[in-house]
Amino acid sequence: MPLTLQTFSTVADAGAALKAPGTRYLGGGTLAVRAVNEGDLSFSTLVRATEPALSRIEAEGGRARIGAGATMAAVAAHPGLAAIAKAARAVGGPAVRNQASVGGNLFAASPYGDFTVALLALDATVHAGERATPIDEFLAGRDNFAGIVTAVSFAVPQAGGFRFLKVSRVKPKGVSVLSIAAVVEEDGEGRITAARIGLGCMADRPIRAGAAEEALIGNKRTPEGIAAALAVAGQGTAPPTDAVASAWYRAEVLPVHLGRLLLA
Amino acid sequence: MAKVPVQFSLNGSEKAEFVDSGATLLAVLRGKAGDTSPKGGCHQGTCGACSVIIDGELRLSCLTLAETCDGAAITTTAGLAEGGVLHPLQRAFMDGFAAQCGFCTPGMLMAAKALLDRMPNPAREDVVEAISGNICRCTGYEPIIRAILAAARANSHQVA
Repeated sequence: MPLTLQTFSTVADAGAALKAPGTRYLGGGTLAVRAVNEGDLSFSTLVRATEPALSRIEAEGGRARIGAGATMAAVAAHPGLAAIAKAARAVGGPAVRNQASVGGNLFAASPYGDFTVALLALDATVHAGERATPIDEFLAGRDNFAGIVTAVSFAVPQAGGFRFLKVSRVKPKGVSVLSIAAVVEEDGEGRITAARIGLGCMADRPIRAGAAEEALIGNKRTPEGIAAALAVAGQGTAPPTDAVASAWYRAEVLPVHLGRLLLA
Repeated sequence: MAKVPVQFSLNGSEKAEFVDSGATLLAVLRGKAGDTSPKGGCHQGTCGACSVIIDGELRLSCLTLAETCDGAAITTTAGLAEGGVLHPLQRAFMDGFAAQCGFCTPGMLMAAKALLDRMPNPAREDVVEAISGNICRCTGYEPIIRAILAAARANSHQVA
């Protein structure tokens, strides 16, 4: 089936084109062109916007705003984003990172979407022009999302405040068995006062480990202190079985990896 | 099928092609431009056999639409040798038996070139990271890693 690429210099024009049936947005191409290669017939037109603002990265005053068109390589190399660079570096290999976009990762199905797992733990906001949506809400409704994501923003964590782990069978880089991101805050006595934990590959999209988060509050980051959280880490998860790992395996190893991440 | 004009430089030569709209760069390089050095492996971005360098960046040609490369400078493995003289990386791969079936080799060479262009003296971990997007079924990767390090050492001796 013939495929057409439409290129627009503004997000607004691209957005108008996306209203037509059979269209899909082209970001970095790692998902959309793969779909083309695999014979996906659900779209016949790819639409892209070349607006420079889409690739802009701003990180100052403790807050970051990353254009949806920014690549994982650009995020990993940005000096203001060093605290979260490991999440961008976890995506694909070097060539994939040169084209994979932050915006595209938001829509990736399991077992992909590792950077979005990080954004979930960072309590990011997803921007579509003037529209701003908390990432939890965005992810829950992303199947019906209309429009073009233009940026994500979040408070940059302190060094050491952001934890990230990607488990894969192929080393050093391979698709995820699961990935975990955690932003944990502690008071002066080492008691956890706040926790956001994002899980990848434990559902069809990145989700929060809500029960584990609650079970951490008030405890110290010790094996005894986190035991209750590990016991309920799987609550609310529905891990997929795919070519990488079975649902059973993912459920088995989740508390092990979460424990290692929290105690590191 | 609609045709779209695309102009790009391929290993230093100017090319102008009418390509099928929606065609991948891999298909255009192999089918139109006569450059079969990038290989079609997985067609999903996991094997790296299709790797090329676009405007100085390592990229996967199977996941790149040819139309998006208008005005770009593209380097492929076929362009590494100059005037019949092998590129130091190719020489190192040959001398180090870093190719068996050879299918991953063009992609490995592209990944290696992209590394050495920005980091002439890589450590072993840098080489491993640089080829982490390229799968090899035959060599077990060690000869490839050693060849890339050897090419880097040879380059540094020449510069000094």
